Amino acid sequence: MRKEFICIECPNSCKLVVDIENDKVVNVTGNKCKKGETYAKCEVENPSRVLTSIVLAEGLEIKMVPVRTNKPIAKKLILTAAEEIKKIRINNSVKVGDIIVPDFLNTGADLVATREVRNE
Amino acid sequence: MIERDLVIVGGGPAGMAAAVSAHENGVKDILLLERDQFLGGILNQCIHTGFGLNYFKEILTGPEFADRFIKKIDDIKDIEVSLKSFVIKLNNNLEITYLKPGEMNEVKAKAVIMATGCRERTREMAHIAGTRPSGIFSAGLAQKLINVEGLLAGNEVVVVGSGDIGLIMARRMTLEGAKVKAVIEIQKQSKGLVRNIVQCLDDFGIPLYLSHKISRIYGQDRVNKVDVVKVDDKYNEIPGTKFEISCDTVLISAGLIPENELIEMAGVEIDRKTNTPVATDKNKTSIEGLFVCGNAFQIYDLVDSVARDSILAGKMAAEYLKDKK
Ligand SMILES: Cc1cc2nc3c(=O)[nH]c(=O)nc-3n(C[C@H](O)[C@H](O)[C@H](O)COP(=O)(O)OP(=O)(O)OC[C@H]3O[C@@H](n4cnc5c(N)ncnc54)[C@H](O)[C@@H]3O)c2cc1C
Ligand code: SF4
Repeated sequence: MRKEFICIECPNSCKLVVDIENDKVVNVTGNKCKKGETYAKCEVENPSRVLTSIVLAEGLEIKMVPVRTNKPIAKKLILTAAEEIKKIRINNSVKVGDIIVPDFLNTGADLVATREVRNE
Repeated sequence: MIERDLVIVGGGPAGMAAAVSAHENGVKDILLLERDQFLGGILNQCIHTGFGLNYFKEILTGPEFADRFIKKIDDIKDIEVSLKSFVIKLNNNLEITYLKPGEMNEVKAKAVIMATGCRERTREMAHIAGTRPSGIFSAGLAQKLINVEGLLAGNEVVVVGSGDIGLIMARRMTLEGAKVKAVIEIQKQSKGLVRNIVQCLDDFGIPLYLSHKISRIYGQDRVNKVDVVKVDDKYNEIPGTKFEISCDTVLISAGLIPENELIEMAGVEIDRKTNTPVATDKNKTSIEGLFVCGNAFQIYDLVDSVARDSILAGKMAAEYLKDKK
């Protein structure tokens, strides 16, 4: 099977032509650099994204604490993860990078705060 | 009236970068005025990644980018930050009037840097025919409602405009559980970054209609559907191409326009089309000692460019103050 992707690793946006056999990438053309090949492999074999969202705060100076996964997680988990985040509460001050949930949904990525938020 | 060497209006990335740079270039007396109760400006609502790749060589979220500058500002005691300080007047003598809860203050500055950012264009909203029910938001307002207030603007959404803010909001609404039915773009191509089309639309199967526009909005109390129609090269509707999409929310992402009413009040010459100061050089205005930087000077796509040019503005103000002495 042959598929086309646009590499999103840099603003060049190379159009990648990717040959796939048994869910594995066998050949990539159209990439101006090595990163394009890695990107194509990832997109086919294990597509993943960093998830950013917000978590409800209780008793803090603002209502919502912005959070992210500190590594990309599998794309197919993104919507489940976004739902899961809605159940979390933060009730103590946090700094940027503080871990809210370690090994979030067994992805190997931690959910971390992206803003410093103090107690009320 | 109290006198200060340098007053900076706006505590977004532009104002913070200018303050740090002015200090590095020798200014010892800096007052930074911000109307919100936090520093950071628009970055506080931009919780997605995509900031700082050029400046910090890392991909950060908006709040993380802001945090780095807030820490720098905290460490410099020559910079006095005054929050909840809303500037309401500026004149050509560089006298500034600002409101704080329960008080009105005046300050005279030797130099001023305006870093008041931008607001969303809403003019385009007026061109859509039909009723004016609730459920029509500018994309940036919806972003603030969700990311700062935790309120979802609606459940079935059509986004108008495929610039980056429109694309980011299509994904954001989807992640919060809304169904984004379409992004409608009147141009032949999206102005947004390709990576945002991939990550925000394709990832979630959200259709993008290029060369299309919304021709009518329906609904009494709340939006209940819109008409979408294809347009030709001159943006005229092509007969027979109309179809409808049911939805309860329309997000309009029509671009940004610099916020420059204060310098206009002071008598600075403004380009009517772009709302930017008419200037011989970057960050300058027709009034000596009055500088403008960040999105107030021109709309930047990347916060990295805002930081770079605001650092320049801080340096220009510092040099101006040196020459004056
Ligand atoms: C929705 C959105 C998404 C974006 N996404 C990205 C992205 O993915 N990557 C990227 O690099 N860039 C992105 N940008 C661009 C970048 O974030 C902005 O260009 C940058 O934040 C602008 O900084 P600024 O300091 O000029 O303005 P702002 O951040 O708007 O700061 C202006 C500040 O001035 C204050 N102010 C205004 N008027 C007054 C007054 N009268 N008195 C006192 N204070 C006042 C405001 O409260 C505010 O804090 C995005 C921008 C927007 C709007
Ligand atoms: S292949 Fe290399 S040059 Fe092309 S878009 Fe990807 S990273 Fe950029």
